[in-house]
Amino acid sequence: MIKKGIKLIKNGKRIDGRLAKQLRDMEMKIDVISTADGSAKVKFGNTIAIASVRGPRALFPRHLQESQTGILRCKYAMAPFSVDERKSPAPNRRSIEISKVTRLALGPTTFLEDFPKTVIDVFIEIIQADGSTRVAGINASSIALTSAGVPMRDLVSACSVGKINGTLVVDLNGEEDNNSEADVAFAILPSKDEVTLLQMDGLLTKDELIELLNLAKDSCKKICELQKGVLREKYKSE
Amino acid sequence: MQRKVVLPGEQIEERKGRKLGSNVYPENDNVFSKVLGITKVNENEISVIPLAGVYLPRIGDGVIGKILEVEISGWSVDINSPYIAFLHLAEAVDEFVDTSRTDLSRYFNIGDVIFCKISKVTTNKVVQVSMVDRNAKKLYKGNMIKITPSKVPRIIGKDGSMINLIKNKTGCEIIVGQNGVVWLKDGNKTKAIEAILAIEKKSHIIGLTEKIEKMLGE
Repeated sequence: MIKKGIKLIKNGKRIDGRLAKQLRDMEMKIDVISTADGSAKVKFGNTIAIASVRGPRALFPRHLQESQTGILRCKYAMAPFSVDERKSPAPNRRSIEISKVTRLALGPTTFLEDFPKTVIDVFIEIIQADGSTRVAGINASSIALTSAGVPMRDLVSACSVGKINGTLVVDLNGEEDNNSEADVAFAILPSKDEVTLLQMDGLLTKDELIELLNLAKDSCKKICELQKGVLREKYKSE
Repeated sequence: MQRKVVLPGEQIEERKGRKLGSNVYPENDNVFSKVLGITKVNENEISVIPLAGVYLPRIGDGVIGKILEVEISGWSVDINSPYIAFLHLAEAVDEFVDTSRTDLSRYFNIGDVIFCKISKVTTNKVVQVSMVDRNAKKLYKGNMIKITPSKVPRIIGKDGSMINLIKNKTGCEIIVGQNGVVWLKDGNKTKAIEAILAIEKKSHIIGLTEKIEKMLGE
């Protein structure tokens, strides 16, 4: 993971002109897919994720049904054209892992026991990838679930943090992600202050990690405000 | 004027020993919303009316269903919910039927539309519907549209004021199921559907009846 010789921070500014603790420009939109029960598009700079939610709906084959609770299925996929070199659309080790961590990040917040024998499907498609795709996917699926009317304990807000050229930074882009000393994907339930996703890659000291987590928490709360804003927008009176 | 819109995880009020209604959960004597919806708070109960979501069957609801399958002693009915309902022969037909000789499709066939009542729901969501009700009937011809189930009370209005308004202005025969299925026949259906969809879209706004009256008056 540690690569040397690439200067990613010059005069306190990162390659895209941001400060170390600055998020990229974000854009969120709901109801982008008319056939889904809930859908959302989240843009983090050049990263674009689209999440669509279908359900709760009947689950078949029947042996997958749980009689006491519903189940949550997440599928993360990157479009073939989302990266510089064509990506095979088949699921691979990475996308299976991200599907799983997304499910684990969203699972504890949904009241699945209200819908026994059913399934809630979450499909995340990355149509443009430039770092932090998994957290963009989680943010999108959280608002898609809410707009689909799925009962939840709280929204889920996620962001990535990391260390590049010895500096702690927030919201890594693709270039920074590839040459980082460490990167951490982080998701919380903003109003409960509970962590639902924490993945780390690379090397960090204990103090650095604690500082990064505090940074991530603050950023997640900023993201949460945006999520709330876009959901409220739809039901504003004229 | 607008009622308060809440998001999941948002605190509504302190509980103060009140009853918990639908779509809320308690935590440390505070009550939080489970869904995106509109709060409904009074001195006895705290609840949230959702603005989206699927239909969950409740006993006594009048629903519009579509026959999915004809079985040996009854029918499977699609009630616009994650759960499929079962209509038993004894609760559908008045006369004696010898199941060994009769094909049940002579009463209801696949694709038929019925207005029925939910008679039984178990904790594991096994659902039964019944035609033993004075409003229950088979619906012939007509068109069906689907709306968000939680907005059905808005379509009907106080004592049926909204639905009667639409019926009078368009001359349609309209039946609204609690499951979010609306069945229309005769009259100016296009206008009626337009009005119903407008209500669904603006359900969170107060003073809707006047707006719809204006819309239909044009």
